[in-house]
Amino acid sequence: MRPPASGSPPSDDPAPETYRDYLYRFAVLQLRDPHLAEDAVQETLLAAVTAKSRFAGRSSAKTWLTGILKHKIADLVRKQSRETPLADAIRVEAVRESDEFDALFRQNEHWSSPPRDWGNPERALENKHFWDALEDCATLMSPAVARVFMMREIQGLSTEEICKEVGISTTNCWVMLHRARMSLRLCLEQKWLGDGAGGA
Amino acid sequence: MITCREVTRLISEGHDRRLSLSERIGVRLHLMMCNGCRNFDAQLRLIRKACQRLANGEAPLDPRER
Repeated sequence: MRPPASGSPPSDDPAPETYRDYLYRFAVLQLRDPHLAEDAVQETLLAAVTAKSRFAGRSSAKTWLTGILKHKIADLVRKQSRETPLADAIRVEAVRESDEFDALFRQNEHWSSPPRDWGNPERALENKHFWDALEDCATLMSPAVARVFMMREIQGLSTEEICKEVGISTTNCWVMLHRARMSLRLCLEQKWLGDGAGGA
Repeated sequence: MITCREVTRLISEGHDRRLSLSERIGVRLHLMMCNGCRNFDAQLRLIRKACQRLANGEAPLDPRER
């Protein structure tokens, strides 16, 4: 008996089903709709079973499944953008943003409470509390801000592509992304470092 | 010197477009003198890195109570 060819999936490769919970959380983070997220995960797992032979251990099963799911999410987000355009919501958010940031800066536009040192980034990325906080904080972003942010940072679209899909100006897009990052980092400082846990 | 508010906006936009030479110089000079903005810069880099891991399926989204 010869050992199996190195190109085939290892026999101890976990079944796609094992990743259902992870995939769901990945999907709901971006879609913000439990039913849509469930559907996207279901379709991903189905696609995975039919395409299993093509997987052949090129990457980890988790990375492979995430790749399939990302395509499904991109389609769904495109559909969401057509059905519930965010242009108006985003224009409102863009105006609101300047007020919200006022508290962060003093009259002379320097920090009133400066960002803290988060320590070694690699250690943060190994820290489970960091990921829990990131997930919670992403969920707290307003839907309009979150959609633009996820398109940019998770789906990796350029701002030009986002503008076209969502129907906003480039400037509004930059404002939204800045707002998203600012609110994320504020939230992370509270949720991740606020209780003294995590960090360097 | 440009303000912290302006620098944070530029740092964030630097993740989405190529900043002009004068913008880059302004940011760099400010960062040499401002601890808060240096931390802000590092925080945004970490957030981006985390999102890339997430997008690559390398994030430990372990089961929690929903």
